[in-house]
Amino acid sequence: MTNPEGAGKAASDTAASDKTASGKTAQDKTAQDKTALDKAVPLDKAALVEEDREQAEVLLRVSGLTKHFPITKGVLKRQVGAVKAVDGIDFEVRSGETLGVVGESGCGKSTMGRLVTRLLEPSAGQIDFEGRDITHLGTAAMRPLRRDIQMIFQDPYSSLNPRHPVGAIVSAPFKLQGVQPEGGVKKEVQRLLEVVGLNPEHYNRYPHEFSGGQRQRIGIARALALRPKLVVADEPVSALDVSIQAQVVNLLDDLQQEMGLTYVIIAHDLSVIRHVSDRIAVMYLGKVVELTDRQSLYTSSMHPYSRALLSAVPVPDPRGKAARGSERILLEGDVPSPVKPPSGCRFHTRCWKATRVCKTLEPPMLELRTGHQVACHHPEDHEDLHPEDTELLTAAEKSAEHLQVKETELERPGQEAVAKS
Amino acid sequence: MTAPLHDTVPAETADADVAARVAKDAVEGRSLGRIAWTRLKRDKLAVAGGVVVLSLILVAIFAPLITSLVGQEPNEYHQDLIDPLFGTPTGSLGGISSDHLLGVEPVNGRDVFARIVYGARISLLVGFLSAMVAVVLGTVLGILAGYFGGWLDALISRTMDMLLAFPQLLFIISLIAVMPNKLLGLEGTGVRLLVMILVIGFFGWPYIGRIVRGQTLSLREREYVEAARSLGAGRRYILFKELLPNLIAPITVYTTLMIPTNILTEAALSFLGAGVKPPTASWGQMLNTAVRYYQEDPMYMVVPGVAIFITVLAFNLFGDGVRDALDPKGTR
Ligand SMILES: Nc1ncnc2c1ncn2[C@@H]1O[C@H](COP(=O)(O)OP(=O)(O)OP(=O)(O)O)[C@@H](O)[C@H]1O
Ligand code: SF4
Ligand SMILES: [Mg+2]
Repeated sequence: MTNPEGAGKAASDTAASDKTASGKTAQDKTAQDKTALDKAVPLDKAALVEEDREQAEVLLRVSGLTKHFPITKGVLKRQVGAVKAVDGIDFEVRSGETLGVVGESGCGKSTMGRLVTRLLEPSAGQIDFEGRDITHLGTAAMRPLRRDIQMIFQDPYSSLNPRHPVGAIVSAPFKLQGVQPEGGVKKEVQRLLEVVGLNPEHYNRYPHEFSGGQRQRIGIARALALRPKLVVADEPVSALDVSIQAQVVNLLDDLQQEMGLTYVIIAHDLSVIRHVSDRIAVMYLGKVVELTDRQSLYTSSMHPYSRALLSAVPVPDPRGKAARGSERILLEGDVPSPVKPPSGCRFHTRCWKATRVCKTLEPPMLELRTGHQVACHHPEDHEDLHPEDTELLTAAEKSAEHLQVKETELERPGQEAVAKS
Repeated sequence: MTAPLHDTVPAETADADVAARVAKDAVEGRSLGRIAWTRLKRDKLAVAGGVVVLSLILVAIFAPLITSLVGQEPNEYHQDLIDPLFGTPTGSLGGISSDHLLGVEPVNGRDVFARIVYGARISLLVGFLSAMVAVVLGTVLGILAGYFGGWLDALISRTMDMLLAFPQLLFIISLIAVMPNKLLGLEGTGVRLLVMILVIGFFGWPYIGRIVRGQTLSLREREYVEAARSLGAGRRYILFKELLPNLIAPITVYTTLMIPTNILTEAALSFLGAGVKPPTASWGQMLNTAVRYYQEDPMYMVVPGVAIFITVLAFNLFGDGVRDALDPKGTR
């Protein structure tokens, strides 16, 4: 408790991470030093997950899930197009695991999360929760299920009602679901506050009296109040200071172990979810382009887009670095508009491996290795699926604004992942 | 290794502990309303405005008591104080004396102080009640338009546009001209008051409605609304428990700023002869009479003019103070 009096929030948050580091054994400390977010996972966890995979039941199954937001025009609200925010995705989440979902801004991750939690009505496809079709359940039919499916929101400033004291916010789940916890609501709320690392005495305080990290803990307490089975966390730490991101991620991880939760954690880069995800789905423009376990994604990802995302993450693990090569791939341009996604492979406008077939034929999602699905005609580290088509698309063919790949560092000449144009 | 929970937590709570020690009473939690109240109390102009507003309200409520304390009646004639030739008060400055603190009226010599005090009743009654009508209509319709959107929003928004473009003063004058003298068990001044309150309120709701609609549009996108929905909350809960508490602040601000506008409208209507009926005293009506005697008895014009001015200014100062105090971007 060496916090100097009157120190600002930032200062005390830094103090928090300092303290974490200094309180550790030397061995742990080195691990800590590698990166602020680094949290070494027990080595056997991955193996364990691998083993469990076959047995664990599927909690959530999503197939062909689609959400098109209509674009209307004029007084008569004539539909003139649609934002294809989510455009046919399939995945499963098994009980107890964590599925990470990554992708750049605007590729439909939040929409996917809101569809799964049924805050949005899917346009097509199917969502099964515990084997039950919940795709088109109405508000009333959905209500009892809300206990089992919860969401943690991205913005700790917008996710808590500024007019409600913390006690009211965390007790809302009990009120709305008509649940009477053992020992009374107030006691349970205080217990929850303590579980997420807040002072239970601050029951009567208002959200504006807390820091961003503390607010996010309040949001977590609210989401976990009813002991849900599935928690969808939409960028749970991206609004937080880097120094407290790790704390909140660790909290989520600890709570998962304690309460046996299943997570879908959304993030826009891989650094946040790298340690907590068992499997990772990479999304691009409304589609899942690669889906595999964490280990395979880090060591042998096959989709060029995944490679680009990976190259943006600092790698503390030298083995991973060797396996991936050390080049840094900078994706240029923004994600194209989901109103008129590019033909064929949606990534072809920015892909350095794009050939003619990429522009005309949409690559199907194929299980190229056990438990490793990829949608690409020319996957990395794998036999080419269209070896006949070798001529790269020119810049003009990709269309002007979505330019290319830059290399900033090339240690291994002949690295085929990087091409200049 | 996984950083254990208890290793990371104390530092963050420690910082909360410090805050608790610094301000012990803060453990209770300071709501945004209480913070605004503290800020409002520090704003001297707003406090002055508030004090005047409060005094005016007391004056209006206790008008009979106040006038009887000074020994005057609003409708008692004092023809002995009037110059029979010009019809103006004989005394200096409109007949100001220890009996008649603000002088007497031209022609029939009624006590100006008593009429000003009673006039405050009319001004505040119309000002407040018409604002209430506007607030109720504006809040309900604004929330409906903002929350449900679609054709309902289109309908309400177009109605608001139309009403805002409407020449309301002309409308009220013609409406009052065709109103019967008896209505709903009311008579004369009562009918006029009712019509004024309803009509001023009716033309005022779009001002509140537009604000509430805009606020609702932005509030309904907040993640706390989604959070409530993800817990199974219905529309009623979201409207009343999540949205309405956040709309109280802007509604309060626009209400305090709307009251003086309505007081001015009432004065204008009375001035134009469409307000309360004589002998009921109202400030606008006094100004109307004063116009005829402004050369011989300028004081009679100054007094109700100043009364209107002070009232409107006080409400505006107070309203501005409330707005600043409730502004989330303001410093604490
Ligand atoms: N309610 C809506 N109406 C119309 N379009 C929408 C709506 N919600 C999202 N979109 C659009 O759908 C696309 C995907 O949005 P989404 O929020 O799911 O992306 P995201 O991957 O979560 O991005 P970010 O990382 O910025 O949160 C965007 O182009 C967005 O503009
Ligand atoms: S299909 Fe073609 S464009 Fe798409 S990612 Fe693979 S190589 Fe690139
Ligand atoms: Mg998002």
